[in-house]
Amino acid sequence: MAEAESATERPVESTDTEPDEGRVTFTLAGVREGFITGFPVAVGVAGYGVVFGVIADQAGLSVAEAALMSATVLAGAAQLIGVELWADSVPMATVVATVGIVNLRYLLMGAALRPWFRQLSPRAAYGSIFFTADENWALTIGKLRSGSKRGAFLLGSGLVLWLLWIVATVLGVTAGDFLATPEQYGLDYVLTALFLTLAVGLWEGRESIRPWLAAAGVALVANALLPGEWYVIVGALAGAVVRMVSHE
Amino acid sequence: MSNALALDPTVVALIVGMAAVTYATKAGGLWLIGRIDLSERAEAGLDVLPGAVVVAFVAPALADGGVPEWVAAGATVAVAHKTGSLLLSLGVGVGTVLAARSVV
Repeated sequence: MAEAESATERPVESTDTEPDEGRVTFTLAGVREGFITGFPVAVGVAGYGVVFGVIADQAGLSVAEAALMSATVLAGAAQLIGVELWADSVPMATVVATVGIVNLRYLLMGAALRPWFRQLSPRAAYGSIFFTADENWALTIGKLRSGSKRGAFLLGSGLVLWLLWIVATVLGVTAGDFLATPEQYGLDYVLTALFLTLAVGLWEGRESIRPWLAAAGVALVANALLPGEWYVIVGALAGAVVRMVSHE
Repeated sequence: MSNALALDPTVVALIVGMAAVTYATKAGGLWLIGRIDLSERAEAGLDVLPGAVVVAFVAPALADGGVPEWVAAGATVAVAHKTGSLLLSLGVGVGTVLAARSVV
């Protein structure tokens, strides 16, 4: 617990948003709040579940196989890329390795949850971390940063996303071609709008300017130069490094 | 061949592999960062990580977009800033992008 001390002593101005030791809960109320808050976001994600179902169908996966993948992997971009590679007869080990690379950003997201999740039991923390997706991770971080003590929010918002993701996958495999145009309903913009909203909540004033500019700039360059989703990792690390360098 | 409930052992093996590596990345960050003793400097970096991840996500998405996406981004940020309501800012963002795309 010594590390918790240094966390609270940090000379960051927003001390009110720091978790107090031992006060993060893991309750049904937290699950429920996450579930309800996560619902509209999960609907947006479900649009991509349908797309995944269609692509899984084209790749020759059965309904059961596609649903099993959505239920156990729960990672949109990784599933899409994995199934596409699989359809191109790429060897299994290569597909799995690629999936790991696509998912590397989760390492950073999990690390960012630590100040709150280290106060939960390992079972609660490592159980609910399975339900991490980009969208509900962002919702959860926004919630916890604004002072919520509900550690079960990730699980609740992840559960609703997980359920709709599986249902949408099945829908996509069986009836997909009619539904598979998320752009038509503006669903492709849900993730952007969500992240913009969260950025407003995470903004800490002048303190944020330099790390955020670094993150945005490096992400843009990386997006142009590197394949896949490396830009998220490289950009986010650049932001963190800028803060670390300027830290006194 | 396409029996809806078919479970090809090779495909199941692929799914198990994908699920395992995905869980490893999700749990790995939490686990790893709990194992090392972080300096104050590293804590400060960790502190800025959520915002940095969000910005790194969104910047290329906006750069790849066009006028409708930018207008909608402005509307989303304005509503989020004014109301703090996620539902409202999502609705306005998606509604604006749809409306703007039909115009542009």
